[in-house]
Amino acid sequence: MSDSASKPRPQFSNIGITDLLAYRLPMAGKVSILHRISGALLFLCLPGLIALFAMSFSSEAGFKAMSTVVGSPLVKLILLVLIWGYLHHFCAGIRYLALDLHIGVDKEPAAKSASLVLGVSLALTVVFALKLFGVW
Amino acid sequence: MVPVEKIGPKRLVVGAHYGTSEFIIQRVTAIILAVYTLVLLVGVLTMTGFTYAGWKNLFTFTCFSIPLGQILATLAMVSLAWHAWIGVRDIWMDYVKPVGLRILLLVLTLLWLVGSVVYFVHILWRN
Repeated sequence: MSDSASKPRPQFSNIGITDLLAYRLPMAGKVSILHRISGALLFLCLPGLIALFAMSFSSEAGFKAMSTVVGSPLVKLILLVLIWGYLHHFCAGIRYLALDLHIGVDKEPAAKSASLVLGVSLALTVVFALKLFGVW
Repeated sequence: MVPVEKIGPKRLVVGAHYGTSEFIIQRVTAIILAVYTLVLLVGVLTMTGFTYAGWKNLFTFTCFSIPLGQILATLAMVSLAWHAWIGVRDIWMDYVKPVGLRILLLVLTLLWLVGSVVYFVHILWRN
């Protein structure tokens, strides 16, 4: 007792950015932070996406103009990141709804479903990428 | 000071709802958005070629002369903004501690989202 009381215990409550980057998160942690990042990304790009929708919705000529804008490789890349963001947010969100209903809360199934969310959203992103870049 | 015996099932709960309604709204709007996403996806996949007419019809189709496409898209957009408001609000509350800065960010978030909804509704409903 006296031994542990005499030594100050290490405190980890306030970690810095460098510690943060060195942290190795479990799968569920990765899904969680990516859920937040993807949500923030979609929030920031919302007006841009609506502007793109406005173009496509306005007229036949606008629809063609939208196709030209989306034809540029840079726009395609940005769109692909947002598509991944949407897919990840969607899949992770369904996982959270299941967890809210106490489905798959245990350690093992939770880790498995987290890997599944990461895998499925990345696989679907690849499908969209192939479509977007005209490979298929 | 609340008496100790009032803590627990009979605890005095005053002036706060502890985020329960936000919790529920975030999940309800999430379900609405998920369903609408799938509806749109099916709409796009069953389209005969990706044409302007088909694309426009996804958001302007009518049912017994009720503009159902526009109504559904508007409801989805309002759900999206409300969902994003709760999520982004949580981000500021987690990471931004100075009260003044937090309020500024919350106000900007609200303007950003309300502006987005107005912009979308304007595009969708003008003829």
